[in-house]
Amino acid sequence: AQMTVREALNAAMEEEMLRDENVFIIGEEVARYNGAYKVRSLAPNTATTSSHGCIQVTKGLLDKFGEKRVVDTPITEMGFAGLAIGAAFDGLRPICEFMTFNFAMQAIDQIVNSAGKTHYMSGGVLPCPIVFRGPNGAAAGVAAQHSQDYASWYGQVPGLKVVSPWNAEDCKGLLKSAIRDPNPVVFLENELMYGVTFPMSSEAMSDGFLLPIGKAKVEREGSDLTIVAHSKMVGHSMEAAEELAKEGIKAEVINLRSIRPLDIDTIKKSVKKTNRLLVAEGGYPAFGVGSEICAQIVESEAFDYLDAPVERVTGADVPTPYAVNLEGLTFPDTSVIVKAAKRALYRSN
Amino acid sequence: SEPFTVKLHEDSFRGYRTDVPSLDVEVTKDELLTWYKQMTLVRRVEQAADALYKQKLIRGFCHLAIGQEAISVGINSATTFEDKIISSYRTHPFVLLRGGTLKSLVGELLGRVCGVSKGKGGSMHVFTEAFQGGHGIVGAQVPLGAGLAFAQKYKGKKTATFAMYGDGASNQGQVFESYNMAKLWNLPCIFVCENNKYGMGTPAERSSSNTEYYTRGDKIPGIQVNGMDIIAVHQASKWAKEWVTSDKGPLLVEFVTYRYAGHSMSDPGTTYRTREEIQRMRSTQDPIRGLQRYISEWGLASEDDLKAVDKEAKAEVDAAVEEAKQSPYPDEKELWTDIYSAGTEPPFMRGREREEVFHYSQL
Repeated sequence: AQMTVREALNAAMEEEMLRDENVFIIGEEVARYNGAYKVRSLAPNTATTSSHGCIQVTKGLLDKFGEKRVVDTPITEMGFAGLAIGAAFDGLRPICEFMTFNFAMQAIDQIVNSAGKTHYMSGGVLPCPIVFRGPNGAAAGVAAQHSQDYASWYGQVPGLKVVSPWNAEDCKGLLKSAIRDPNPVVFLENELMYGVTFPMSSEAMSDGFLLPIGKAKVEREGSDLTIVAHSKMVGHSMEAAEELAKEGIKAEVINLRSIRPLDIDTIKKSVKKTNRLLVAEGGYPAFGVGSEICAQIVESEAFDYLDAPVERVTGADVPTPYAVNLEGLTFPDTSVIVKAAKRALYRSN
Repeated sequence: SEPFTVKLHEDSFRGYRTDVPSLDVEVTKDELLTWYKQMTLVRRVEQAADALYKQKLIRGFCHLAIGQEAISVGINSATTFEDKIISSYRTHPFVLLRGGTLKSLVGELLGRVCGVSKGKGGSMHVFTEAFQGGHGIVGAQVPLGAGLAFAQKYKGKKTATFAMYGDGASNQGQVFESYNMAKLWNLPCIFVCENNKYGMGTPAERSSSNTEYYTRGDKIPGIQVNGMDIIAVHQASKWAKEWVTSDKGPLLVEFVTYRYAGHSMSDPGTTYRTREEIQRMRSTQDPIRGLQRYISEWGLASEDDLKAVDKEAKAEVDAAVEEAKQSPYPDEKELWTDIYSAGTEPPFMRGREREEVFHYSQL
């Protein structure tokens, strides 16, 4: 079987809503309009199947579960995020959808301070089982205020779990785990991946399919170089590994899946085998996911195994420009990963 | 030309904690013809944007103001470039009205270097010296508008700020926070709600417990205005400017209008409302046809004269589109400029990998 990322997310929510009466979804245009935020995907390097990447992840849920459990909100991110957190304090399990994580910045205080810290501050009295989900990362042609990756932002916050899935299986298994998790989980979907189709194992199709939060997956085994990536960059890393293979280079590709907890053990194990590390992400270079992985490797015994400087492939250190030629220089793709990978192996060209 | 007085429809205004502007409005033939020309030009350029988007020459989001032309043109008519106007992402008209050229607007939509933001901002992020943007996050521009008004008061200027937002944005917390500070500090801020009846695909009554947006300022007085009548918009905007510049504190103005197109180009705009509703609004409320009727009724111009205006507007827009298409994409160095003020940048900034580094000495 196969599924688009969108269908996998939709299935995960439907299954969990059937399983647990306390699960409900709340957000802008999630009910009657079936998800409004629609971005045309024109990025040349995306594999979207349609010319319009429509989010519409909640499509059909209103018909199945009614307005009590699929709740349209006004455009008031801070308000409905706080309201959803309050509902979680009382034992409900909200799925709080943001039209994009760019708009979740309006609500970031509630996510960080109210959801992330209350369990701790209350000495465990007030739990906060909530999922904040929505599109994240660079989109195509929407310029600086609608196009950035928040993985490292939320990754900083103790008390939050942060998940960044890549393919349809990731999305289904991780979202179901996130909904069942007793903690607040920030679930970062990729804006440009919704329409992409992936194969689904029969296990992944079942309603009991869960993927553990905090565990990375080795997507491709190799011995010459470790490429660590999350979200859309996993796809580019797989393509890069394919290209490198043509030159006899065996790259191992690790799909992080979780930003926090970070599965550093899987990365260390791989580095000890390959002796070379490249981290690929769509976020800004400064203080990013790649920076954190570098630091943790350097702090550990894996440092002694490195035969080359660690390479970081990231978004450029600029606000996202609108013009297509400049945008193309802002986010990495397969070719940038290949270039940096070869450098890690002391090959040029 | 000689001023003359016209009488607005008695339903043009409603007041909250205040009287309403006079229904008798003094206008001139030149003014009315200017507004006709401006609204026509605005509609033409939005139609051109629609076509360019469908040709995939405009990327990402593109929000059109077709149907809402009377508001931008009417506010502009009551202000000078010393006044401030700040709004969201449905703001192409203000570029044309406040110092930008057709080419600089279309160029921005196409991401070309001739654009008002050098192609770096796109449709949602347009600015001129006399128009403070052009902001992409729903509601975020409203406190910015209060800040512009704060600066005007601070500098002792007799000017006004029009802080604009839609019925969808009106529920953002920071809108109410801005109301409170503006009233507390008596700022010359006009909070302008463009109520086009839908926040994306959600009708106003499903998002707002009170849809009388002009009454939502608590102690701040407000007026509701027929936003489909350019003369009413002009009169209300002039009245509002007089209000805030005579130190009476902030004011709420709700323009009741209608968006013909979808929320953005990717929204067909017909799944949450009927085609009949859109058609009825177009045929009975259209601001340009409305002004056309006034002009004919009062014998200010012939039908042929107005047709010539239409034709000229179309030709101007077509020419600007062609010119903008000839404009190159921004130079790759522009990726790095304007992140910080020129001359105050860090020595270098990093691209996607460690060898992609831009040194500002390269500029």
